[in-house]
Amino acid sequence: MDAIVQLQRQFVDYTTSLYRDGFLDDQFTQLQKLQDESNPDFVVEVVNLFFEDSEKLLNNLATALQQQIVDYKQVDAHVHQFKGSSSSIGAQRVKNACVAFRNYCEERDPEGCVRCLQQLKREHYLMKSKLETLFRLEQQILAAGGSVPMMT
Amino acid sequence: MSVTMESCNCVEPPWPADELLMKYQYISDFFIALAYFSIPLELIYFVKKSAVFPYRWVLVQFGAFIVLCGATHLINLWTFGMHSRTVAVVMTTAKVLTAVVSCATALMLVHIIPDLLSVKTREIFLKNKAAELDREMGLIRTQEETGRHVRMLTHEIRSTLDRHTILKTTLVELGRTLALEECALWMPTRTGLELQLSYTLRHQNPVEFTVPIQLPVINQVISTNRAVKISPNCPVARLRPLAGKYMPGEVVAVRVPLLHLSNFHINDWPELSTKRYALMVLMLPSDSARQWHGHELELVEVVADQVAVALSHAAILEESMRARDLLMEQNVALDRARREAETAIRARNDFLAVMNHEMRTPMHAIIALSSLLQETELTPEQRLMVETILKSGNLLATLINDVLDLSRLEDGSFQLEIRTFNLHALFRELLNLIKPIASVKKLSVLLSLAPDLPEYAVGDEKRLMQIILNVVGNAVKFTKEGSISITAFIEKSESLRDPRAPEFFPVPSDSHFYLRVHVKDSGSGITPQDIPKLFTKFAQSQSLATRNSGGSGLGLAICKRFVNLMEGHIWIESEGLGKGCTAIFIVKLGIPERVNESKLPFVPKVPTIHGRTNFPGLKVLVMDDNGVNRTVTKELLVHLGCDVTTVSSGDECLQVVSQEHKVVFMDISVPGNTDRVTKENCLRLGMDGVILKPVSVDKMRSVLSELLDQQVVFGAQ
Repeated sequence: MDAIVQLQRQFVDYTTSLYRDGFLDDQFTQLQKLQDESNPDFVVEVVNLFFEDSEKLLNNLATALQQQIVDYKQVDAHVHQFKGSSSSIGAQRVKNACVAFRNYCEERDPEGCVRCLQQLKREHYLMKSKLETLFRLEQQILAAGGSVPMMT
Repeated sequence: MSVTMESCNCVEPPWPADELLMKYQYISDFFIALAYFSIPLELIYFVKKSAVFPYRWVLVQFGAFIVLCGATHLINLWTFGMHSRTVAVVMTTAKVLTAVVSCATALMLVHIIPDLLSVKTREIFLKNKAAELDREMGLIRTQEETGRHVRMLTHEIRSTLDRHTILKTTLVELGRTLALEECALWMPTRTGLELQLSYTLRHQNPVEFTVPIQLPVINQVISTNRAVKISPNCPVARLRPLAGKYMPGEVVAVRVPLLHLSNFHINDWPELSTKRYALMVLMLPSDSARQWHGHELELVEVVADQVAVALSHAAILEESMRARDLLMEQNVALDRARREAETAIRARNDFLAVMNHEMRTPMHAIIALSSLLQETELTPEQRLMVETILKSGNLLATLINDVLDLSRLEDGSFQLEIRTFNLHALFRELLNLIKPIASVKKLSVLLSLAPDLPEYAVGDEKRLMQIILNVVGNAVKFTKEGSISITAFIEKSESLRDPRAPEFFPVPSDSHFYLRVHVKDSGSGITPQDIPKLFTKFAQSQSLATRNSGGSGLGLAICKRFVNLMEGHIWIESEGLGKGCTAIFIVKLGIPERVNESKLPFVPKVPTIHGRTNFPGLKVLVMDDNGVNRTVTKELLVHLGCDVTTVSSGDECLQVVSQEHKVVFMDISVPGNTDRVTKENCLRLGMDGVILKPVSVDKMRSVLSELLDQQVVFGAQ
């Protein structure tokens, strides 16, 4: 019993820290609310979908920026997509990185864009690892027989 | 000189004829020899006695010289008569030796005598030096004694803060230290034109002496800070009547600056011109032939300065005591006034509370019964009369409420009720309240909320509603035809300012924002002169008052106070009569942290949510080219019970859409456009609403409700 409480507390602390540090925002909470018995893995599914999508987008971005003549409209479109998805799942920092990226796109600043891409990649991988940790904690709780605490 | 006689065998003659001469020479030589032998003995004796004689070797030499000389003379004795060759040899040897030693001694003396002379010179020099040091010692001793006296005097003078004691002590101690006959202090009178004898050491003066201050001798003393010798005959010094054989002692006077508090400025030591001085006069004992010495004068000057400082301290102390007493008095008075004010406020509040109840009860009776009467069968005249009664009753009730509110606002006992509330709902309710009234007057009302206006805010909802209602009510009241437009948005730094209140500068922060509302009407307008009066209570311009407009004139005054309590500002702009006017107010509202559904009050007044928590079976089509967004939106709608179909492109959408689909959600990503422009374009094209992602469950719920109830998404959020 204690182990479960311990894990739950860890989960709560970790989640709180993610919110506090700006990795997640309210939208993530909304997603969690949508998860119920009829759709128990909704959040995991959506998050995985996000990461698949974003890998592709990041590759596309890298390619687009490596061109001799950069097609900023294309780059902007990709970043816009990225921004949309990240805000949908509540990945706040990723979304903010996208916003900054779009500014540089508007200014057609190649170095700025490259920098932003790096930043975006960083935030993306950071988010990924954090969420993986979170899901692992969830699995541990469930495996131990407990229930995942709902974040209000 | 000796005469050598040849030895012969003849009969020895007796002493020759110059035998006397020989005899004397003989005796002299003997005595010389004696002397010559005794001198070294004496020398040796005295040198042995004294330890400091440095030239022992010389002595030895000198001794040898003298001894040999003596020996020579002694041996000479034998050469007067017949003498053998041995004697001659001895004599010669002695002479030779003597010659050698004396030459050596002579040479030695050449070296020694200058040294001996210099010793003498040094001795004289040292004696002089010793005398000088003695003199200086005497001086220092005198000075040190003076210093001791000064310290002692100062100590005595400064050991008290009482003016009289200070002065009396000064005189006593000075008299003692310097052995004075008389010591007196003359203080300036209030007018400053005379000096009055205030304190004396010995002489008790029954009569008050005064001397005019403009005497030359007094001016002389005052003009310098040194002690000045004055004549014993001048008025300040003549304290007793001269009696016969008096040879009065020397008199010295010194000024004592009287420093006032006002003299102490930060950067300048008191000016000489504005000072008042007292005069201290000291007299040496008469018939004593004593004279004032330099160190004594110095002592007097120092003491005078110390007295000045001590007096100023005493003055400061007196001043501060007086100030403290004054403050205590004031404190007591203030306390009393406060208690009286509190009593008055309490009495007023009690009165108001009672009156409130007493006034409201009949009011309620009048209003309630009049309304009831309205429902019955009445003749037209009767109906008119009842309507008038009702209207008057309502006005009176409003007046009573306003007066009570205002009085509470005035004395500061009013507190805003701060809590989180739905800002958008507030505006919607306002519209619902105003629209019917406006449509009666055939006025159109237009409400537009900025897209970035937060849905929830922290503040006093009731009073904010009161403010808006009052302002909008006024707009409706004073507009006969046309339209009223209400816009609400977040105050930005480039928003227009009230030209009459340039100092009001709202600064938003992380926890607060400023809500800005413009209410523009096309009514009768206001002249520039009347604008300042608008917010004054009870003042109603004649040009505004029409028969139909009632009101006590308190409404705007109360609004202004509420707005001020909300740290905002309210003002009215008008271009003149007939040109309508715009009321603008800015209030500070808090930003609620983490809009949490469980914490927020359930908003009962928003009619759209009533009964609509779920949309079972509602067929919805979602178009979004972003997989993640599609999934999320779909799940949102599924969560609300909808039957969701998803497509990922416009073409697909056109293929799939049908009559069954009640709502279609289309993702529009137009890079480069702002959200506002996109929204405006959409609305123009005929879309029923635009919502911005990310969308929460509640948002989706309310949007669907609005769509289904009113066919349009309100507030365009």
